[in-house]
Amino acid sequence: MNAAGQSCFHESARAQVAGAATYVDDIAELKGTLYAAPIMSKIAHGRLVSIDCAAALAMPGVVNVVLACDVPGERMLAAFAGDEPVFAEHTVQHVGQVMGVVVAKTVMQARRAARQVVCNIDRLPAVLDVYTALREKSYVLPPVFVKRGDAAAALGKAAHTLQGKLEVGGQEHFYLEGQVAYVVPQEQNQWAVYSSTQHPGEVQHWVAHALGIANHAVRVECRRMGGGFGGKETQAGHLAVWAAVAAHKLNCPIKLRLDRDEDFMITGKRHPFAYDYTVGFDDSGRITGLQLMMAVNCGFSADLSGPVADRAIFHADNAYFLQDVDIASYRLKTHTQSHTAFRGFGGPQGMIVIESIMGDIARVLGVDPLDVRKRNLYGIDERNVTHYGMTIEDNILAPLLSKLQQTSSYDERRASISRWNANSPVIKRGIAITPVKFGISFTATLFNQAGSLVHVYLDGSVQVNHGGTEMGQGLNTKVAQIVADELGVAFERVLCTASDTSKIPNASATAASAGTDLNARAAQYAARTVRDNLAQFVSGLDNCGAGAVRFGGGQVSSPNRSRAFAEVVKLAYANRIQLWSDGFYRTPKIHYDKTTLTGRPFYYFAYGAACTEVAIDTLTGESRVLKVDILQDAGCSINPAIDIGQIEGGFVQGMGWLTTEQLVWNDKGVLSTHAPSTYKIPATGDIPEHFKVDFWHEPNREDNVFGSKAVGEPPFMLAISVYEALRDAVGAASPASPSQPVVLRAPATAENVLRALGGCP
Amino acid sequence: MTVPSTASHRAPPEPKNSGKNIQFLKRGEVVCLSNVPPSRTLLELLREDLDCTGTKEGCGEGDCGACTVVLGEAVDGELSLKAVNSCIRLAHSIDGMAIWTVEDIASNTATCKPHTLQAGAAGLALPDRRRNGPLGGQEAHAVSDRGGHLHPAQQAMLQCHGSQCGFCTPGFVMSMFALYENLVCQGKTIDRALAQEALSGNLCRCTGYRPILEAAQQMAGLPQVAIDRAKVLQKLKHITPESNAAGADLAYQMPGDLAALLAAKAAFPNAQIVAGTTDVGLWVTKQHAQFDQIIDMSRVKELRRIEQHPHHTAIGAAVTLTDAFAALVAERPQLHAFTTRFAGLSVRNSGTLGGNVAGGSPIGDSMPLLIALGASVVLMSVRGSRQFAVEDFYTGYKKNQLAPDEVLAWIMVPKAAAGEQVEIYKISKRFDDDISAVCLAIDLQVVHGVVTQASIGAGGVAATPVRAVKTQAALVGQDWSQATVDHAIGVLRGEFSPISDMRASASYRVQVLGNLLQRFWLQSQGVQQINLQNFTREAML
Repeated sequence: MNAAGQSCFHESARAQVAGAATYVDDIAELKGTLYAAPIMSKIAHGRLVSIDCAAALAMPGVVNVVLACDVPGERMLAAFAGDEPVFAEHTVQHVGQVMGVVVAKTVMQARRAARQVVCNIDRLPAVLDVYTALREKSYVLPPVFVKRGDAAAALGKAAHTLQGKLEVGGQEHFYLEGQVAYVVPQEQNQWAVYSSTQHPGEVQHWVAHALGIANHAVRVECRRMGGGFGGKETQAGHLAVWAAVAAHKLNCPIKLRLDRDEDFMITGKRHPFAYDYTVGFDDSGRITGLQLMMAVNCGFSADLSGPVADRAIFHADNAYFLQDVDIASYRLKTHTQSHTAFRGFGGPQGMIVIESIMGDIARVLGVDPLDVRKRNLYGIDERNVTHYGMTIEDNILAPLLSKLQQTSSYDERRASISRWNANSPVIKRGIAITPVKFGISFTATLFNQAGSLVHVYLDGSVQVNHGGTEMGQGLNTKVAQIVADELGVAFERVLCTASDTSKIPNASATAASAGTDLNARAAQYAARTVRDNLAQFVSGLDNCGAGAVRFGGGQVSSPNRSRAFAEVVKLAYANRIQLWSDGFYRTPKIHYDKTTLTGRPFYYFAYGAACTEVAIDTLTGESRVLKVDILQDAGCSINPAIDIGQIEGGFVQGMGWLTTEQLVWNDKGVLSTHAPSTYKIPATGDIPEHFKVDFWHEPNREDNVFGSKAVGEPPFMLAISVYEALRDAVGAASPASPSQPVVLRAPATAENVLRALGGCP
Repeated sequence: MTVPSTASHRAPPEPKNSGKNIQFLKRGEVVCLSNVPPSRTLLELLREDLDCTGTKEGCGEGDCGACTVVLGEAVDGELSLKAVNSCIRLAHSIDGMAIWTVEDIASNTATCKPHTLQAGAAGLALPDRRRNGPLGGQEAHAVSDRGGHLHPAQQAMLQCHGSQCGFCTPGFVMSMFALYENLVCQGKTIDRALAQEALSGNLCRCTGYRPILEAAQQMAGLPQVAIDRAKVLQKLKHITPESNAAGADLAYQMPGDLAALLAAKAAFPNAQIVAGTTDVGLWVTKQHAQFDQIIDMSRVKELRRIEQHPHHTAIGAAVTLTDAFAALVAERPQLHAFTTRFAGLSVRNSGTLGGNVAGGSPIGDSMPLLIALGASVVLMSVRGSRQFAVEDFYTGYKKNQLAPDEVLAWIMVPKAAAGEQVEIYKISKRFDDDISAVCLAIDLQVVHGVVTQASIGAGGVAATPVRAVKTQAALVGQDWSQATVDHAIGVLRGEFSPISDMRASASYRVQVLGNLLQRFWLQSQGVQQINLQNFTREAML
């Protein structure tokens, strides 16, 4: 039986449930290890005049303080835009910005002393919200405009127009394992870095850049992360660089582990967005023109904000054809944490506004929102080109929505909910189906490459390494399944080892949902080379064609005889046959012009839809999610259990983004929700008892590993159905004005729902 | 930028060590540690001193549950097992207990690295790991990732695909282990509601919880194992901590009776009183507090009691929230849902009602209820005792009537009166394991359509938990009618001036305070399905 397609257990699950899985902070520490803690700005924007470390240095256990002047190489991080200092040196640009680290003999001694460092900062005016940033043209990157047709003319001719504004909050990743790095000096100015990172290659590059040495002198290893979600794509690099600079100055191993509050205060989050739009539509609800402004709160530096904002543009259509469209995207600089990658990477922020528009068009016209959504779907042979010029070749939206409509009994439930609401004075229910069409590939074409190494040992056991990282998503498990099948051995015979820059160089971040597409294919190719070597060898032994040699069930079979895989390996070794290989994969077909924002940025699309029912309390604004049905297109799933885990987990994370997870910055720019006591991700009690996931059973129409589709990010956006169901319930509570849009700020906290109901000033 | 190089500050002194040994059972062995600083947390002890890194730190404030461990204690001759947060628990507090961490519940492995038990960063002396012979029960079902048998809690998590990144997993496993021992091993079944309640203090960011909730329900179906409780109890007898002599000059004192407690507080009036440290623990992890002198009242035998008197229930200040709430719910069953929404189970298992009241947070959830119920607190010292109504106990933001030598000893809660209508409403961003934006508790007596008594406590609306005196006055003597309620809503909204903060705006708090009184009115009129706290879709169909 093949491993791929089976729900094999996560390769680390057994160790994880036994407490025996090692995370960076669990690695046995070398003698002489010291601990660093960050010195953070308390001011949102100011000129850094001086740093007085005397009190900190006098604290028990304190060894030294490390500041910008101690950076031996470049004092600016090797970030995308080169606009972030390693340590703030002349100005501070957000509350929490790191100006240095204190090093001490224990973690708590370092943290205690870091608070005793006195920073003399002259306050400068701080930009803390996107509207001020827009007004002041405070940008981290220039605005981007995407147009097709003539939106203004289309709006002028439209039967109906609707103007609206929307604000959608950011989101903290809340990976359970906070950011951590452990840097160990090696001989001859070489460095070993243990980092909880989605991108070991970038950590390597950043550390080398800051230390002023070549990349080859830095080796970065990551066995696993305790969650990433995009939050460890670039942000892990900062920690590693800080620890490395300290290790360089003190010539000893340094561990830097942020506590939860520091993690909240220092690291970037999902970008908060604000929107302003005018949409034109006909009597059937079909959109005829759209002008959309997206104000992207990027924080103090560019980080990944450019590609995040680009992806928001690419997903402002979601599932819908927009003929005449005009999108303006402003990448705004505010004096807050530098917002970064987070599952969906701008996709959610692009989709929610068009889904919100769909809901309001339906309310204005007095028709079912699902009908409006269906009316606007991309077509198969016409209305099938996106606003960035990509022809959609794999569209399954209409049958997918219809199937979910049927299996979730949407029509019957909508009718029964209406009847129930009419007789319920306080609680109102709402329901919504929303689709997802999510483009798969890094929009920067060059990142769509991957490498792998497959080693077969003399006992027939197999070790595979690839450039991806394991953050819980099951990448290693899927890679091992694919390699096992390629060599015809049992899943248990294949071991994935830690991500390591000395094994696979220049690997892309494990991001964009593409981890399996890229790395499992590269590993498959590597395994195939080894298999071909063995087949060739066996064909010589058995006088048959290499193509006649079969691998399966732990056996290698020619038409003449069958041998155990391990036996063949031993024979091959004795005959000096290479038992290991590399594999390399690059995604075909994609191309993209950054200047015109047109091309085929995506290899394919992953589709899905969710039907969500909610209830709201019109006295308090409280809400509950009552029932969820999901239909997700994962192609041929390599591991259905793992994919269901991604779908459910993504949905719940998206639900948190849109309901309970509220980031609050005060008027001084201080993030006041900086720990789980004040920042509320979903808990066990928030999950509906009926929470059902079905797969759309169709292989990927593009040639992708095992016929699968990416499943990391797309399900996150299914949670927009929660937001739309909440707006449906709010609309149901206001029968006097059914033709009005519902203005609900996200996240839909109790307060925001009550405000949407008009019940809170 | 310039960096002054003068180092003229005098270093603050290192806090002294406690002078008191800690002994506990782990993996069937007695572990004895000396020179543990009084402020050291149990999680630091596990991860840094004992090198048991299976237990994780997720938040350092008892909210995420990644650090959950199970403590066993002899209570009335029985072994009591509770899941608690090790990150905000002080290491000394487990003296005389048994502890299980995620490494301990599978069979025949040594995932805890004994060779690393040595003097650590905290200046610990080498521990005396006396081998007192095998602990049958604890070892019989130990297991691991290197072969052997996983505990059903672990096996179910594996089989249900309940572990993705795995960082929260040890905490979930330990909450499930406690649930398994406390229910499955007692012949009880675990349904979804019980699983959800038991895991309410554990956060997972990967799975969306469905497979974890399934694992919790399915572990009972796996081949059963159980701790040999008799053997653990027998072993615990040998390590019962000696109660310190009153006034002993120890940095961490753990008096065993009330007289010793009061003597210790009289001798060391500046000592920090602790019980479950679900609040004080955060001062350590978040504010980096270090205490010279701690008096742990959790072993004071008198104050661990719940006493039933004719007209009131007396709850000792060392009674955990779990046990205190059980007593309150036994008297007033409608409070059950509210009590399960107070923090997570692991916090309720450690924290005390006395601690919640003494802390005096304006958003502490038990106080509005206690105020509405007319509860009072008894303060004791060697000089005698004093009693205050709960609302009068507070003198300002986190300030109270306690004299330096006094402790809060008892909470006296009146029994349910015939005809009383008691409800408590909590509004928070998340339903479970969250802190109130607004909390309103109402105790109303209506006789022949007229309000004869009104007692209303509110949280989140002032610097302290408060009694809504004006609103009460607007209700008493009036017809119990929508008109009266409308008027009282206006009074209630005007009675307090709440602040805007990260939990809610002032205007929302004011608005909802009134709306909750309206909810109470509707509920009193028998209107069904008006509170999402106990709303189920199934009930509507």
